[in-house]
Amino acid sequence: MHIYYGDFCAVRDVDMKVPTNKITAIIGPSGCGKSTVLRCFNRMNDLISSARIEGRVLFQGQNIYDADVDPVEVRRRIGMVFQKPNPFPKTIYENVAWGTRINGFRGDMDEMVERALRSAALWEEVKDKLQQSALGLSGGQQQRLCIARAIAVEPEIILMDEPASALDPIATLRIEDLMKELSEKYTIIVVTHNMQQAARISDFTAFFSVDDRRNGNLIEFDDTEKIFTNPGQKRTEDYITGRFG
Amino acid sequence: MGQLLRTSFARELETLQTDTLMLGSMVIQALKESVEALRQRDMETARRLIKEDEVINRKRFEIEADCLRLIATQQPMAGNLRLIAAVLEISTELERIGDYAKGIGRIILLIGPEALLKPLVDIPRMCEIATNMLQQALDAFLNQDVEAARTIPLQDDEVDALYNQVHRDLIALILEDPSLIDRTNYLLWAAHNLERAADRVTNICERIIFTVTGEFIEFDMN
Repeated sequence: MHIYYGDFCAVRDVDMKVPTNKITAIIGPSGCGKSTVLRCFNRMNDLISSARIEGRVLFQGQNIYDADVDPVEVRRRIGMVFQKPNPFPKTIYENVAWGTRINGFRGDMDEMVERALRSAALWEEVKDKLQQSALGLSGGQQQRLCIARAIAVEPEIILMDEPASALDPIATLRIEDLMKELSEKYTIIVVTHNMQQAARISDFTAFFSVDDRRNGNLIEFDDTEKIFTNPGQKRTEDYITGRFG
Repeated sequence: MGQLLRTSFARELETLQTDTLMLGSMVIQALKESVEALRQRDMETARRLIKEDEVINRKRFEIEADCLRLIATQQPMAGNLRLIAAVLEISTELERIGDYAKGIGRIILLIGPEALLKPLVDIPRMCEIATNMLQQALDAFLNQDVEAARTIPLQDDEVDALYNQVHRDLIALILEDPSLIDRTNYLLWAAHNLERAADRVTNICERIIFTVTGEFIEFDMN
Protein backbone atom coordinates (compact mmCIF):
# COMPACT_ATOMS: atom_id res chain seq x y z
CA MET A 1 0.00 0.00 0.00
CA HIS A 2 1.15 3.57 -0.75
CA ILE A 3 -0.61 6.59 0.70
CA TYR A 4 -0.63 10.00 -0.97
CA TYR A 5 -1.71 13.48 0.03
CA GLY A 6 -2.13 15.06 -3.41
CA ASP A 7 1.11 14.30 -5.29
CA PHE A 8 3.12 13.77 -2.13
CA CYS A 9 3.69 10.16 -1.20
CA ALA A 10 3.31 10.24 2.59
CA VAL A 11 3.85 6.53 3.14
CA ARG A 12 5.19 3.99 0.67
CA ASP A 13 5.48 0.22 0.41
CA VAL A 14 3.57 -0.80 3.50
CA ASP A 15 3.02 -4.53 3.56
CA MET A 16 2.00 -5.99 6.89
CA LYS A 17 -0.28 -8.66 8.32
CA VAL A 18 -2.04 -7.71 11.52
CA PRO A 19 -2.67 -10.78 13.71
CA THR A 20 -6.18 -11.34 15.07
CA ASN A 21 -6.87 -10.85 18.79
CA LYS A 22 -3.42 -9.44 19.40
CA ILE A 23 -2.18 -5.95 20.09
CA THR A 24 -0.05 -4.52 17.31
CA ALA A 25 1.84 -1.33 18.09
CA ILE A 26 2.98 1.12 15.45
CA ILE A 27 5.98 3.17 16.52
CA GLY A 28 8.31 5.59 14.78
CA PRO A 29 9.49 9.22 14.72
CA SER A 30 7.18 12.14 13.98
CA GLY A 31 6.24 12.38 10.33
CA CYS A 32 6.82 8.69 9.57
CA GLY A 33 3.16 8.18 8.74
CA LYS A 34 2.06 6.13 11.73
CA SER A 35 -1.31 7.84 12.15
CA THR A 36 -1.81 8.06 8.39
CA VAL A 37 -1.43 4.29 8.12
CA LEU A 38 -3.72 3.72 11.09
CA ARG A 39 -6.44 5.87 9.55
CA CYS A 40 -6.22 3.87 6.33
CA PHE A 41 -7.31 0.80 8.22
CA ASN A 42 -10.86 2.09 8.58
CA ARG A 43 -11.01 4.59 5.73
CA MET A 44 -10.77 7.62 7.99
CA ASN A 45 -8.53 9.19 5.35
CA ASP A 46 -11.58 9.27 3.03
CA LEU A 47 -12.57 12.35 5.01
CA ILE A 48 -9.43 14.17 3.81
CA SER A 49 -10.13 15.12 0.20
CA SER A 50 -6.48 15.10 -0.99
CA ALA A 51 -5.73 11.70 0.55
CA ARG A 52 -5.71 8.61 -1.60
CA ILE A 53 -4.27 5.15 -1.33
CA GLU A 54 -2.79 2.77 -3.85
CA GLY A 55 -2.98 -0.87 -2.94
CA ARG A 56 -5.31 -2.86 -0.78
CA VAL A 57 -6.35 -3.22 2.85
CA LEU A 58 -7.76 -6.70 3.25
CA PHE A 59 -10.18 -7.34 6.10
CA GLN A 60 -11.42 -10.92 6.20
CA GLY A 61 -10.33 -11.33 2.61
CA GLN A 62 -12.18 -8.27 1.32
CA ASN A 63 -10.46 -5.07 0.22
CA ILE A 64 -12.13 -2.37 2.33
CA TYR A 65 -11.50 0.12 -0.50
CA ASP A 66 -13.57 -1.84 -3.06
CA ALA A 67 -16.30 0.24 -4.69
CA ASP A 68 -19.12 -1.83 -3.24
CA VAL A 69 -17.92 -1.51 0.36
CA ASP A 70 -19.79 0.93 2.60
CA PRO A 71 -17.23 3.02 4.57
CA VAL A 72 -19.71 3.49 7.42
CA GLU A 73 -19.99 -0.26 7.83
CA VAL A 74 -16.19 -0.49 7.69
CA ARG A 75 -15.95 1.99 10.57
CA ARG A 76 -18.54 0.08 12.60
CA ARG A 77 -16.53 -3.09 12.31
CA ILE A 78 -13.18 -1.34 12.66
CA GLY A 79 -13.62 1.23 15.42
CA MET A 80 -11.33 4.01 16.47
CA VAL A 81 -10.23 5.75 19.64
CA PHE A 82 -8.40 9.06 19.33
CA GLN A 83 -5.59 10.80 21.15
CA LYS A 84 -7.76 13.28 22.99
CA PRO A 85 -10.87 11.89 24.65
CA ASN A 86 -13.75 13.22 22.57
CA PRO A 87 -17.02 12.30 24.28
CA PHE A 88 -20.20 13.84 22.90
CA PRO A 89 -21.60 16.67 25.03
CA LYS A 90 -24.33 14.32 26.20
CA THR A 91 -24.93 12.03 29.15
CA ILE A 92 -22.63 9.14 29.89
CA TYR A 93 -25.46 6.78 28.95
CA GLU A 94 -26.14 8.48 25.63
CA ASN A 95 -22.48 8.44 24.68
CA VAL A 96 -22.51 4.66 24.79
CA ALA A 97 -26.03 4.15 23.45
CA TRP A 98 -25.75 6.53 20.53
CA GLY A 99 -23.72 4.44 18.11
CA THR A 100 -25.84 1.35 18.52
CA ARG A 101 -29.06 3.33 18.27
CA ILE A 102 -28.18 4.77 14.87
CA ASN A 103 -27.20 1.25 13.83
CA GLY A 104 -30.76 0.17 14.59
CA PHE A 105 -30.09 -1.72 17.82
CA ARG A 106 -33.29 -3.39 19.02
CA GLY A 107 -32.16 -5.20 22.18
CA ASP A 108 -32.04 -4.16 25.83
CA MET A 109 -30.25 -0.83 25.72
CA ASP A 110 -29.61 -0.66 29.50
CA GLU A 111 -27.96 -4.04 29.44
CA MET A 112 -25.88 -3.13 26.39
CA VAL A 113 -24.68 0.13 28.00
CA GLU A 114 -23.72 -1.69 31.19
CA ARG A 115 -21.88 -4.38 29.24
CA ALA A 116 -19.90 -1.84 27.24
CA LEU A 117 -19.04 0.20 30.34
CA ARG A 118 -17.98 -2.94 32.20
CA SER A 119 -15.79 -4.00 29.29
CA ALA A 120 -14.18 -0.58 29.37
CA ALA A 121 -13.56 -0.91 33.13
CA LEU A 122 -15.66 2.16 33.81
CA TRP A 123 -18.96 0.78 35.12
CA GLU A 124 -18.12 0.86 38.84
CA GLU A 125 -17.13 4.50 38.62
CA VAL A 126 -20.16 5.78 36.68
CA LYS A 127 -23.05 3.39 37.41
CA ASP A 128 -24.69 5.92 39.76
CA LYS A 129 -24.38 8.88 37.42
CA LEU A 130 -25.24 7.56 34.00
CA GLN A 131 -27.50 10.53 33.31
CA GLN A 132 -24.81 13.10 34.10
CA SER A 133 -22.79 14.81 31.38
CA ALA A 134 -19.83 12.87 30.07
CA LEU A 135 -17.85 16.09 30.14
CA GLY A 136 -17.82 15.97 33.94
CA LEU A 137 -15.61 12.87 33.91
CA SER A 138 -11.83 12.99 34.32
CA GLY A 139 -9.65 12.68 31.21
CA GLY A 140 -8.88 9.03 31.90
CA GLN A 141 -12.56 8.25 32.50
CA GLN A 142 -13.52 10.11 29.32
CA GLN A 143 -11.05 8.03 27.35
CA ARG A 144 -12.45 4.80 28.79
CA LEU A 145 -15.92 6.11 27.91
CA CYS A 146 -14.75 6.58 24.33
CA ILE A 147 -13.50 2.99 24.40
CA ALA A 148 -16.89 1.87 25.75
CA ARG A 149 -18.54 3.82 22.94
CA ALA A 150 -16.25 2.17 20.39
CA ILE A 151 -16.93 -1.35 21.64
CA ALA A 152 -20.68 -0.81 22.08
CA VAL A 153 -21.20 -1.31 18.34
CA GLU A 154 -19.31 -4.61 18.60
CA PRO A 155 -16.43 -3.99 16.25
CA GLU A 156 -13.85 -6.63 15.44
CA ILE A 157 -10.87 -4.31 15.36
CA ILE A 158 -10.15 -1.27 17.49
CA LEU A 159 -7.70 1.31 16.18
CA MET A 160 -6.13 3.54 18.83
CA ASP A 161 -4.21 6.67 17.98
CA GLU A 162 -2.04 7.63 20.95
CA PRO A 163 -4.89 6.72 23.31
CA ALA A 164 -3.02 7.57 26.49
CA SER A 165 -0.80 10.48 25.49
CA ALA A 166 -3.13 13.07 27.00
CA LEU A 167 -3.51 11.15 30.26
CA ASP A 168 -1.60 11.10 33.54
CA PRO A 169 0.54 8.02 34.39
CA ILE A 170 -2.13 6.28 36.49
CA ALA A 171 -4.87 6.79 33.89
CA THR A 172 -2.36 5.62 31.27
CA LEU A 173 -1.71 2.36 33.12
CA ARG A 174 -5.48 1.78 33.43
CA ILE A 175 -5.90 2.22 29.68
CA GLU A 176 -2.97 -0.12 29.02
CA ASP A 177 -4.42 -2.71 31.35
CA LEU A 178 -7.77 -2.37 29.65
CA MET A 179 -6.19 -2.82 26.23
CA LYS A 180 -4.68 -6.12 27.37
CA GLU A 181 -8.09 -7.31 28.51
CA LEU A 182 -9.80 -6.15 25.35
CA SER A 183 -7.29 -7.95 23.17
CA GLU A 184 -8.87 -11.24 24.23
CA LYS A 185 -11.95 -10.26 22.24
CA TYR A 186 -10.72 -7.65 19.79
CA THR A 187 -7.80 -7.06 17.50
CA ILE A 188 -6.10 -3.83 18.56
CA ILE A 189 -3.78 -1.65 16.54
CA VAL A 190 -2.27 1.19 18.52
CA VAL A 191 -0.10 4.09 17.43
CA THR A 192 2.12 5.31 20.21
CA HIS A 193 5.02 7.69 20.66
CA ASN A 194 5.84 5.97 23.89
CA MET A 195 8.21 3.08 23.19
CA GLN A 196 7.98 1.73 26.71
CA GLN A 197 4.24 1.60 26.27
CA ALA A 198 4.58 -0.33 23.03
CA ALA A 199 7.01 -2.70 24.76
CA ARG A 200 4.67 -3.16 27.74
CA ILE A 201 1.40 -3.79 26.00
CA SER A 202 1.84 -5.03 22.46
CA ASP A 203 2.37 -8.50 21.04
CA PHE A 204 3.70 -7.25 17.72
CA THR A 205 5.43 -4.02 16.80
CA ALA A 206 5.72 -2.26 13.48
CA PHE A 207 8.52 0.29 13.24
CA PHE A 208 8.05 3.03 10.65
CA SER A 209 10.64 5.57 9.68
CA VAL A 210 10.98 8.40 7.23
CA ASP A 211 13.45 8.51 4.32
CA ASP A 212 15.32 11.38 2.66
CA ARG A 213 12.32 12.20 0.47
CA ARG A 214 10.20 12.42 3.62
CA ASN A 215 8.28 9.31 2.61
CA GLY A 216 7.27 7.21 5.56
CA ASN A 217 7.92 3.49 5.27
CA LEU A 218 7.74 0.30 7.24
CA ILE A 219 11.22 -0.72 8.38
CA GLU A 220 10.47 -3.75 10.49
CA PHE A 221 7.52 -5.75 11.76
CA ASP A 222 8.09 -8.51 14.30
CA ASP A 223 7.27 -9.88 17.74
CA THR A 224 7.49 -7.03 20.23
CA GLU A 225 9.98 -8.99 22.31
CA LYS A 226 12.26 -9.34 19.29
CA ILE A 227 11.97 -5.68 18.32
CA PHE A 228 12.92 -4.45 21.78
CA THR A 229 15.61 -6.96 22.67
CA ASN A 230 17.23 -7.77 19.36
CA PRO A 231 15.77 -5.96 16.36
CA GLY A 232 16.67 -7.23 12.91
CA GLN A 233 17.26 -3.82 11.35
CA LYS A 234 19.93 -1.35 12.34
CA ARG A 235 17.52 1.57 11.86
CA THR A 236 15.15 0.03 14.38
CA GLU A 237 17.99 -0.44 16.86
CA ASP A 238 19.12 3.15 16.34
CA TYR A 239 15.65 4.48 16.95
CA ILE A 240 14.78 2.48 20.03
CA THR A 241 18.16 3.01 21.67
CA GLY A 242 18.05 6.75 21.02
CA ARG A 243 20.38 7.07 18.05
CA PHE A 244 19.48 8.71 14.83
CA GLY A 245 21.25 9.05 11.48
CA MET B 1 27.01 5.30 13.24
CA GLY B 2 24.24 7.70 14.11
CA GLN B 3 24.69 10.38 16.66
CA LEU B 4 23.65 9.37 20.11
CA LEU B 5 20.77 11.39 21.45
CA ARG B 6 21.19 10.16 24.99
CA THR B 7 24.75 11.29 25.68
CA SER B 8 24.57 10.97 29.46
CA PHE B 9 23.19 7.45 29.18
CA ALA B 10 25.93 6.59 26.67
CA ARG B 11 28.53 7.85 29.13
CA GLU B 12 27.03 5.73 31.88
CA LEU B 13 27.18 2.66 29.67
CA GLU B 14 30.85 3.39 28.97
CA THR B 15 31.51 3.70 32.69
CA LEU B 16 29.80 0.37 33.22
CA GLN B 17 32.11 -1.23 30.66
CA THR B 18 35.18 0.42 32.18
CA ASP B 19 34.21 -0.74 35.66
CA THR B 20 33.76 -4.28 34.38
CA LEU B 21 37.22 -4.19 32.82
CA MET B 22 38.63 -2.85 36.07
CA LEU B 23 37.03 -5.70 38.01
CA GLY B 24 38.51 -8.10 35.46
CA SER B 25 42.00 -6.66 35.96
CA MET B 26 41.67 -6.98 39.73
CA VAL B 27 40.70 -10.62 39.34
CA ILE B 28 43.57 -11.42 36.94
CA GLN B 29 46.01 -9.81 39.36
CA ALA B 30 44.60 -11.78 42.32
CA LEU B 31 44.75 -15.09 40.47
CA LYS B 32 48.34 -14.54 39.33
CA GLU B 33 49.44 -13.50 42.81
CA SER B 34 47.72 -16.48 44.39
CA VAL B 35 49.62 -19.01 42.29
CA GLU B 36 52.90 -17.16 42.77
CA ALA B 37 52.25 -17.14 46.53
CA LEU B 38 51.53 -20.87 46.36
CA ARG B 39 54.83 -21.44 44.63
CA GLN B 40 56.67 -19.43 47.29
CA ARG B 41 54.44 -20.55 50.20
CA ASP B 42 54.08 -16.85 50.91
CA MET B 43 51.72 -16.72 53.89
CA GLU B 44 51.61 -12.97 54.04
CA THR B 45 50.44 -12.59 50.44
CA ALA B 46 47.94 -15.41 50.99
CA ARG B 47 46.39 -13.56 53.92
CA ARG B 48 46.32 -10.32 51.96
CA LEU B 49 44.59 -12.02 48.99
CA ILE B 50 41.92 -13.45 51.29
CA LYS B 51 41.30 -10.00 52.71
CA GLU B 52 41.38 -8.21 49.35
CA ASP B 53 38.69 -10.46 47.94
CA GLU B 54 36.30 -8.17 49.79
CA VAL B 55 37.38 -5.32 47.51
CA ILE B 56 36.51 -7.47 44.48
CA ASN B 57 33.14 -8.36 45.98
CA ARG B 58 32.38 -4.71 46.69
CA LYS B 59 33.28 -3.70 43.16
CA ARG B 60 30.96 -6.38 41.79
CA PHE B 61 28.07 -5.11 43.95
CA GLU B 62 28.72 -1.57 42.76
CA ILE B 63 28.48 -2.75 39.15
CA GLU B 64 25.28 -4.65 39.90
CA ALA B 65 23.74 -1.59 41.58
CA ASP B 66 24.68 0.53 38.56
CA CYS B 67 23.04 -1.97 36.21
CA LEU B 68 19.83 -1.98 38.22
CA ARG B 69 19.81 1.81 38.41
CA LEU B 70 20.22 2.11 34.63
CA ILE B 71 17.45 -0.42 33.99
CA ALA B 72 15.12 1.42 36.36
CA THR B 73 15.91 4.94 35.21
CA GLN B 74 16.78 4.62 31.51
CA GLN B 75 14.58 1.77 30.27
CA PRO B 76 17.36 0.42 28.05
CA MET B 77 16.38 -1.37 24.86
CA ALA B 78 17.94 -3.76 22.37
CA GLY B 79 21.77 -3.61 22.29
CA ASN B 80 21.92 -1.39 25.38
CA LEU B 81 19.68 -3.79 27.28
CA ARG B 82 21.76 -6.78 26.22
CA LEU B 83 24.95 -5.00 27.28
CA ILE B 84 23.58 -4.35 30.76
CA ALA B 85 22.27 -7.91 31.07
CA ALA B 86 25.68 -9.21 29.99
CA VAL B 87 27.51 -6.99 32.48
CA LEU B 88 25.36 -8.42 35.28
CA GLU B 89 26.42 -11.92 34.28
CA ILE B 90 30.05 -11.11 33.53
CA SER B 91 30.58 -9.30 36.82
CA THR B 92 29.21 -12.33 38.66
CA GLU B 93 31.58 -14.63 36.77
CA LEU B 94 34.51 -12.33 37.56
CA GLU B 95 33.62 -12.22 41.21
CA ARG B 96 33.58 -16.02 41.32
CA ILE B 97 37.00 -16.17 39.65
CA GLY B 98 38.11 -13.79 42.41
CA ASP B 99 36.81 -16.35 44.92
CA TYR B 100 39.07 -18.97 43.34
CA ALA B 101 42.08 -16.74 44.00
CA LYS B 102 40.93 -16.36 47.60
CA GLY B 103 40.45 -20.15 47.74
CA ILE B 104 44.06 -20.68 46.66
CA GLY B 105 45.06 -18.20 49.39
CA ARG B 106 43.30 -20.38 51.96
CA ILE B 107 44.97 -23.50 50.55
CA ILE B 108 48.36 -21.82 51.00
CA LEU B 109 47.61 -21.23 54.69
CA LEU B 110 46.54 -24.89 55.06
CA ILE B 111 49.70 -26.17 53.38
CA GLY B 112 51.88 -23.93 55.52
CA PRO B 113 55.45 -22.87 54.88
CA GLU B 114 56.91 -26.35 54.43
CA ALA B 115 58.23 -27.45 51.02
CA LEU B 116 55.73 -28.67 48.44
CA LEU B 117 55.57 -32.33 47.49
CA LYS B 118 57.03 -31.51 44.12
CA PRO B 119 57.97 -28.39 42.20
CA LEU B 120 54.94 -26.64 40.66
CA VAL B 121 54.98 -26.77 36.89
CA ASP B 122 51.52 -27.54 35.57
CA ILE B 123 49.59 -25.39 38.05
CA PRO B 124 51.44 -22.15 37.13
CA ARG B 125 50.96 -23.08 33.48
CA MET B 126 47.20 -23.48 34.06
CA CYS B 127 47.16 -20.09 35.74
CA GLU B 128 49.02 -18.53 32.84
CA ILE B 129 46.57 -19.87 30.27
CA ALA B 130 43.49 -19.04 32.35
CA THR B 131 44.58 -15.47 33.02
CA ASN B 132 45.56 -15.01 29.36
CA MET B 133 42.14 -16.25 28.33
CA LEU B 134 40.54 -13.82 30.76
CA GLN B 135 42.60 -10.91 29.46
CA GLN B 136 41.63 -11.79 25.88
CA ALA B 137 37.99 -12.06 26.92
CA LEU B 138 38.12 -8.60 28.52
CA ASP B 139 39.60 -7.22 25.30
CA ALA B 140 36.87 -8.94 23.30
CA PHE B 141 34.26 -7.45 25.65
CA LEU B 142 35.70 -3.97 25.21
CA ASN B 143 35.82 -4.30 21.42
CA GLN B 144 32.58 -6.29 21.14
CA ASP B 145 34.64 -8.81 19.18
CA VAL B 146 32.45 -11.84 18.47
CA GLU B 147 35.12 -13.69 16.51
CA ALA B 148 37.56 -13.54 19.42
CA ALA B 149 34.79 -14.55 21.83
CA ARG B 150 34.18 -17.65 19.72
CA THR B 151 37.83 -18.75 19.65
CA ILE B 152 39.04 -17.92 23.19
CA PRO B 153 37.15 -20.88 24.74
CA LEU B 154 39.13 -23.31 22.58
CA GLN B 155 42.07 -22.77 24.94
CA ASP B 156 40.04 -24.27 27.74
CA ASP B 157 40.93 -27.75 26.40
CA GLU B 158 44.54 -27.15 27.28
CA VAL B 159 43.64 -26.12 30.83
CA ASP B 160 41.49 -29.25 31.18
CA ALA B 161 44.34 -31.43 29.88
CA LEU B 162 46.75 -29.89 32.41
CA TYR B 163 44.24 -30.43 35.18
CA ASN B 164 43.96 -34.11 34.25
CA GLN B 165 47.74 -34.31 34.25
CA VAL B 166 47.96 -32.76 37.74
CA HIS B 167 45.23 -35.11 38.90
CA ARG B 168 47.10 -38.19 37.64
CA ASP B 169 50.41 -37.06 39.18
CA LEU B 170 48.87 -36.38 42.57
CA ILE B 171 46.94 -39.65 42.65
CA ALA B 172 50.21 -41.44 41.87
CA LEU B 173 51.81 -39.71 44.86
CA ILE B 174 48.97 -40.80 47.13
CA LEU B 175 49.28 -44.37 45.93
CA GLU B 176 52.97 -44.31 46.76
CA ASP B 177 52.46 -42.83 50.21
CA PRO B 178 48.87 -42.57 51.53
CA SER B 179 50.01 -40.33 54.40
CA LEU B 180 50.39 -37.55 51.81
CA ILE B 181 46.67 -37.52 51.11
CA ASP B 182 45.94 -34.14 52.75
CA ARG B 183 48.82 -32.31 51.12
CA THR B 184 48.09 -33.69 47.67
CA ASN B 185 44.44 -32.90 48.13
CA TYR B 186 45.27 -29.23 48.76
CA LEU B 187 47.19 -29.01 45.51
CA LEU B 188 44.42 -30.78 43.66
CA TRP B 189 42.00 -28.13 44.93
CA ALA B 190 44.26 -25.35 43.74
CA ALA B 191 44.36 -26.94 40.28
CA HIS B 192 40.61 -27.42 40.35
CA ASN B 193 40.10 -23.72 41.11
CA LEU B 194 42.15 -22.80 38.06
CA GLU B 195 40.28 -25.25 35.89
CA ARG B 196 36.99 -23.68 37.00
CA ALA B 197 38.37 -20.17 36.40
CA ALA B 198 38.97 -21.06 32.74
CA ASP B 199 35.43 -22.47 32.50
CA ARG B 200 34.07 -19.17 33.74
CA VAL B 201 36.05 -17.30 31.08
CA THR B 202 34.16 -19.47 28.60
CA ASN B 203 30.87 -18.28 30.16
CA ILE B 204 32.05 -14.69 29.80
CA CYS B 205 32.70 -15.31 26.10
CA GLU B 206 29.15 -16.62 25.70
CA ARG B 207 27.86 -13.35 27.19
CA ILE B 208 29.99 -11.26 24.83
CA ILE B 209 28.45 -13.08 21.88
CA PHE B 210 25.00 -12.48 23.36
CA THR B 211 25.71 -8.77 23.77
CA VAL B 212 26.60 -8.37 20.13
CA THR B 213 24.29 -10.84 18.39
CA GLY B 214 21.47 -11.49 20.85
CA GLU B 215 22.13 -15.19 20.42
CA PHE B 216 22.30 -17.48 23.47
CA ILE B 217 24.95 -20.10 22.90
CA GLU B 218 26.72 -22.54 25.13
CA PHE B 219 30.21 -23.74 24.43
CA ASP B 220 30.48 -27.43 25.07
CA MET B 221 34.16 -27.99 25.59
CA ASN B 222 33.80 -31.74 25.61
